[in-house]
Amino acid sequence: MNPTDITNPEYFHRVIDCQFACPAHTPVPEYIRLIAEKKYTDAYMINWESNVFPGILGRVCDRPCEPACRRGRVEKNAVAICRLKRVCADNKGNITQRLPDIPKKKNGKKIALIGGGPASLTVARDLLPLGYAIDLYDDQSAAGGFIRSQVPSFRLPKTVLDEEVNLILDLGVKTYFNTYISSMKSFLDKAYDAVFIGTGAPRGRDLDLPGRQAGNAFIHIGIEWLAGVQYGHQKKTGKTTLVIGGGNTAMDCCRTARRLGGENVTVIIRGPREKMKASPWEIEDAVRENIPILEYLSPTAFVVKEDRLTGMTFQLAPGSPASDQEPVFIPCDEVLLAVGQQNAFPWIEKDIGLIFDDQGRPRVDEITFQSSIKKVFFGGDAAFGPKNVITAVAHGHEAAISMDLFCRGEDLSKRPLPFTTLAGQKMGLHDWMYHSDVSDEHRQAVPMVSTVKSIKDRLMEVELGFDRKIGHTEALRCINCDMQTVFTVQDCIECDACVDVCPTTCINFIENKEEEDLRSSLSVPATNRSQFLYVSDLLPTGRVMVKDENVCLHCGLCAERCPTAAWDIQKYTYKPAKAGQK
Amino acid sequence: MSSRRPTFRHPDLPENDLGYTRRDYEGAVSTLCAGCGHDSISNAIIQACYELSLEPHRVVKLSGIGCSSKTPAYFLGKSHGFNSVHGRMPSVATGANLANKDLLYIGVSGDGDTASIGMGQFVHIVRRNLNMTYIVMNNGCYGLTKGQDSATTDRGSASRKGHPSPFEAIDLCQLAIQMGSGFVARGFSGDKAQLVPMLKAAITHKGFALVDVISPCVTFNNTVTSTKSYQWVRDHREATATVDFIPPRQEITTQYEPGTTQSVTLHDSSVIQLYKSGDSLDITNRRSALDGLERHREKGHLLTGILHMNEDLKDTHAILETTDTPLNALTEKELCPGDQVLAQIVEAYR
Repeated sequence: MNPTDITNPEYFHRVIDCQFACPAHTPVPEYIRLIAEKKYTDAYMINWESNVFPGILGRVCDRPCEPACRRGRVEKNAVAICRLKRVCADNKGNITQRLPDIPKKKNGKKIALIGGGPASLTVARDLLPLGYAIDLYDDQSAAGGFIRSQVPSFRLPKTVLDEEVNLILDLGVKTYFNTYISSMKSFLDKAYDAVFIGTGAPRGRDLDLPGRQAGNAFIHIGIEWLAGVQYGHQKKTGKTTLVIGGGNTAMDCCRTARRLGGENVTVIIRGPREKMKASPWEIEDAVRENIPILEYLSPTAFVVKEDRLTGMTFQLAPGSPASDQEPVFIPCDEVLLAVGQQNAFPWIEKDIGLIFDDQGRPRVDEITFQSSIKKVFFGGDAAFGPKNVITAVAHGHEAAISMDLFCRGEDLSKRPLPFTTLAGQKMGLHDWMYHSDVSDEHRQAVPMVSTVKSIKDRLMEVELGFDRKIGHTEALRCINCDMQTVFTVQDCIECDACVDVCPTTCINFIENKEEEDLRSSLSVPATNRSQFLYVSDLLPTGRVMVKDENVCLHCGLCAERCPTAAWDIQKYTYKPAKAGQK
Repeated sequence: MSSRRPTFRHPDLPENDLGYTRRDYEGAVSTLCAGCGHDSISNAIIQACYELSLEPHRVVKLSGIGCSSKTPAYFLGKSHGFNSVHGRMPSVATGANLANKDLLYIGVSGDGDTASIGMGQFVHIVRRNLNMTYIVMNNGCYGLTKGQDSATTDRGSASRKGHPSPFEAIDLCQLAIQMGSGFVARGFSGDKAQLVPMLKAAITHKGFALVDVISPCVTFNNTVTSTKSYQWVRDHREATATVDFIPPRQEITTQYEPGTTQSVTLHDSSVIQLYKSGDSLDITNRRSALDGLERHREKGHLLTGILHMNEDLKDTHAILETTDTPLNALTEKELCPGDQVLAQIVEAYR
């Protein structure tokens, strides 16, 4: 293999698994260390810069970082990154002094945001400090988009949502609420220099089965029903409610139904439980609230008798371990459909030059988020279909960069580079600027309100969050993957001290080979292909140093036991490019 | 500050025949200087014991005094250990071995502990052929007392802030061959690929096995003027042969040109296969081994590898014709068999 080029900004970025997995590339280890040092406000601001909604995401994020967490590969569970994010949000001090300065004198460019969800708010947050005038249009009475209309209050209290949304609006967004844009054609006539569309994927899929029309009063589209609950239109559900679907919306539906008088709420999915789309912790929470999940059932009809829905029939779905082909009848009073959602742009005329694909999605550049009309940009679910909040935020950042370049008349493909630093951490012989001791603690359980109590009040938040003490214990579980092991080949005397001390057998001194052979000939073969091998230049004995990054604990022992400081621990900072950055 | 080694290990650590991983053979974290050759030898011992699937509770590790003699704390944390008096490890080993010959004895000593204060003990344990592995962590200096020259410092070699040594050096391997040891090898702490199979062979050998390991002292004796530095050893090292240790019942798969290999079968039917390059010595021949060592010494080279093997020698217990049952397992019934047996013995002398 060729020697690893550690000057490539992406190499060490990949080693920080959590940050790399995060669509917005939040510097996770950095803020977790600050939590361990009780610097909650600093930790909050790092998050705020990067993911804009730390308090919200600390509760409802999809957590792509956690399955990626290296800790989850050396022991059973990953670090509870998401809940730590909430710790810094819950314990932060006053941040008003730390918010960006918004220039009084504007730069003369006007931007319109259609839809007030996380993607649009991110664009506003990134462009306001650059002097843009920003108008936000939304058909709801407040900003937040799907986070406001669909995420139930027992997962995300309204106060948290309002606080973080208003933080951005108060930077100087001009809002037009309760304003439905019914024609893109006429909207484009307004004098905006650029338009961002972040209207989400607002159309819930329906199930066109026999009895659908007859039972209409008792059958609801999940996302619409959730919005109805959030706005207080929907106050009750049937005693026996079926929820069809296995995604996070289904989980929100079933748990909300439990709180609206649904005594027997059942989730029904077509496949096996292991293949459910919902996040594992949301499934866990539903199960905890006594909601059974029935597998391998495909709905075939709604059964309506005397104008009342009495139940649904199902047949066994392919792959079921049971062989009974008889249709199953499950009685119920109400049905919630959570079988997916789609993009819908009924307000965009087909003849204005915006190109859509067969599935009704706009043609959007995956890097610049620019559409076929140069000044129109898309982001969030509106761009590439339903994903999650953190992805919408990441889209917002990129779109903001593009819109800024566009308004300045520059080439959108010439993106600003990420900001990176590599800084030595040595304080003494066995002393580093970070807490290098690896904690043996297991993942901390989050305190929760008892089910009996929380079922009675749909506004009561179920998770109480970590307190400072548990948060501190959990923060110390982070193994600091941004503390990079940097190897200087010229200084190595090949004494093997690093090989011998490495607790997880990462380091090898062997003959160089092609990657395939090299991976299999390490002392513990490097089978995790998503992880890089760090290969040095040739050493005096003709061998090379090969480090498998896979389960490195970043404990610093290789550097502590190195007599010549050929190993060093250096902190890698990776900040994705921001709008306005030169 | 991390004086603690994390408790996590690689989740895919392989298991040996006993179902143990390498971790089960580890000891405490080393307190020696960073980069010390001794740590590397400790790890070679861990690796060899792991690969041989030794039961840790059947191993006894013994040492004297010195940096080297601290190392039993750093390997085989679940085995028996005895950190004895300076230069007196052979006596303690002899006592232990006589009491219980069923255990495996690994002695660790240094050049000071063996070639200076312990020289008298060393030569006698060799000629008695006690069944043990005797590892010398040889750094050519007294590292624990700030690096004074030792009895294995080569003439003309100088340590950090030291003068070239005016005295002749003791070659422990030559000495052991002359004293009749049935297994003599020399290794280098910076080459585990050679050291681990040699240690496995030494541990498996029945009788006294000496492994003299050149182990640079990074703090006091790793200078350009020293013949025990990483650099000097790498530049002047020659190996008798490449060593393969083939455990019993395992097929020999490596193929070499005829005439270039030499095989020695050990008492438990494992095989040492040596692949020689050029005009190497015949390791089963004592004279050839001594010649080889002399030849390389004259050229200013360091000969490493297995230097001499003789599988036909009797160990101490065989020489003394002790009982098959270890002495510590004999009960009063066997030791005091009663009047009748005494009468028979007395009768035999009439």
